[in-house]
Amino acid sequence: MRREDATALLEAVIRPGDRVCLEGDNQKQADLLAVALATADVAKLHDLHLVQSGVVLPEHLDVFEKGIAKRLDYAYSGPQSTRIARLLFGGKIELGAVHTYLELYARYYIDLTPQVALIAAVSADRHGNLYTGPNTEDTPTIVEATAFKDGVVIAQVNEIVETLPRVDIPGDWVHFVIESGKPFHVEPLFTRDPAAITETQILTAMLAIKGIYAPYGVQRLNHGIGFNTAAIELLLPTYGERLGLKGKVASHWALNPHPTLIPAIESGWVKQIHSFGSEVGMDDYIRARSDVFFTGPDGSLRSNRAFCQVAGLYACDMFIGSTLQIDLKGNSSTVTTDRVAGFGGAPNMGSDARGRRHPSKPWLRAGKEADPDGPGALRRGRKLVVQIGETFGEKHVPLFVEHLDALTLAEKLDLDLAPVMVYGDDLTHIVTEEGVANLLLCRDADEREQAIRGVAGYTQVGRDRDASMVHRLRERGVIRRPEDLGIDPLDADRRLLAARSIKELVHWSGGLYAPPSIFRTW
Amino acid sequence: MEQLNYRHTALARAKGSRHQAVVGVVASGDLEVLVERTLPDGECEVNIRTSISGFGDVWCAVVADFAQLRSPGGLKLSVNDGGARPDMVSLRLAQAVRAVAGDRV
Repeated sequence: MRREDATALLEAVIRPGDRVCLEGDNQKQADLLAVALATADVAKLHDLHLVQSGVVLPEHLDVFEKGIAKRLDYAYSGPQSTRIARLLFGGKIELGAVHTYLELYARYYIDLTPQVALIAAVSADRHGNLYTGPNTEDTPTIVEATAFKDGVVIAQVNEIVETLPRVDIPGDWVHFVIESGKPFHVEPLFTRDPAAITETQILTAMLAIKGIYAPYGVQRLNHGIGFNTAAIELLLPTYGERLGLKGKVASHWALNPHPTLIPAIESGWVKQIHSFGSEVGMDDYIRARSDVFFTGPDGSLRSNRAFCQVAGLYACDMFIGSTLQIDLKGNSSTVTTDRVAGFGGAPNMGSDARGRRHPSKPWLRAGKEADPDGPGALRRGRKLVVQIGETFGEKHVPLFVEHLDALTLAEKLDLDLAPVMVYGDDLTHIVTEEGVANLLLCRDADEREQAIRGVAGYTQVGRDRDASMVHRLRERGVIRRPEDLGIDPLDADRRLLAARSIKELVHWSGGLYAPPSIFRTW
Repeated sequence: MEQLNYRHTALARAKGSRHQAVVGVVASGDLEVLVERTLPDGECEVNIRTSISGFGDVWCAVVADFAQLRSPGGLKLSVNDGGARPDMVSLRLAQAVRAVAGDRV
């Protein structure tokens, strides 16, 4: 199909009230189809139900303002989090639920099956076979659900070619192909500039490595995308090496191709990485390290968000990431009253998989710490779920709060369920510059609360601690200060970072990493 | 601009023999500390000029912990704050004591 006819095609194929997946992934966006849908005639297309993981482009919300769409089920809305909050409050969007990725995909096969899927790929051949490129992401999951339940699959591709580098989606699952003539939009989400990493973040990284990675021997893991975990990645070849941890921790990953992991990969720390999506500028480096990444015969990354989420849930022993608010029970949320950012994968990564049945050393140890007197062979293990951050965030906003903004939002929007990212009963550790709190060792709600207050620094929550109880928790090793772990905060120095700038990451990659221009300062 | 002044008794004289040192920079989210060895051995003074008002109780708590943990006896510390968070303040104050002791910064 010609791109000029895209809107007419959508008006012909989609019926009012249909469930439509307008592929908005964490990174890849079906941008041509989004514009086409947003410019449809509202007399022909209205009251659609959008079921898509990412609400990322302005057009994803324009369709609600115009009345083309009415109902929304989604997972993540990073760049549109402020506007989506406004539309929710204004009643322009009828919200189904904010899901975790895996949960939304699951519902594609039960009660939210798309009638029409509008997807994005790099190229198509004359039979309609699709090559997605490194950002395969959600596409196979969306297409499978739609094509095998009598739905219509419409793909935008950058170009139509004779021969594809590889087939990611078979042509007989695809009904219409539109050549867009230009690359689809991809968000660079996972690039953290080492130059912006602070000494406090380095300190939290040292505490995490020595206080959690080392004692549990965590080899299979997932990292969040914040600066604290970027600091950990950059400390593995330096501080981690000095602690003798190479080969003992952080070898198998469910992770996007983080540029800050390049030094650890090049230093031989990393055996294998499966990725949810790709990252802008990492293509050539990934191709060169196909021994580590999952790649097709053409050498380019094959990501798959659904499988990687499953991997993170069942095959990783630890999730470590950052959040915006943690309450006294350990519940955490990235929602504030004017930003509804959604969850993405964090609630799935950051939860204990109750269906897990295979043992591993970190999982068994965590289970034993939580239930030391339980019968060995019947005792469940526990996934390590770690929140890491500084006690105060941007603009002196405290990380620790008595009352989550998510609860205020739930009251204002009359939601049955507050958008909590990680529930307190799944959380096992908190790392701040003040120390590491091991919640597995807490025996009741009072101890948990004081363990949390005990690492909350100079926030109001931290200053309201029961000092004598915190002291006892420290004696029991529930709270460990930097000095308890043999760490001098004055050693938290930027010289510990394996790379201190984007340019040094490029050097580590042998010149193969090509950072997006916003990260180039030379 | 807010001006805050705190005096504490210190358990011990700050180590080393340097008379003064400067650590940090006045930048957004950071601070500069001028440390001078001008007071009697059992005393410590911290004077703060900060661009962000309303955090007096936090400064008070940070400085009190600093005086207790770092034994800054005999030191007068003058802080030019560009809106640093408490973790950064604690770090820079500790670095200042180390700098005036003559150790590496």
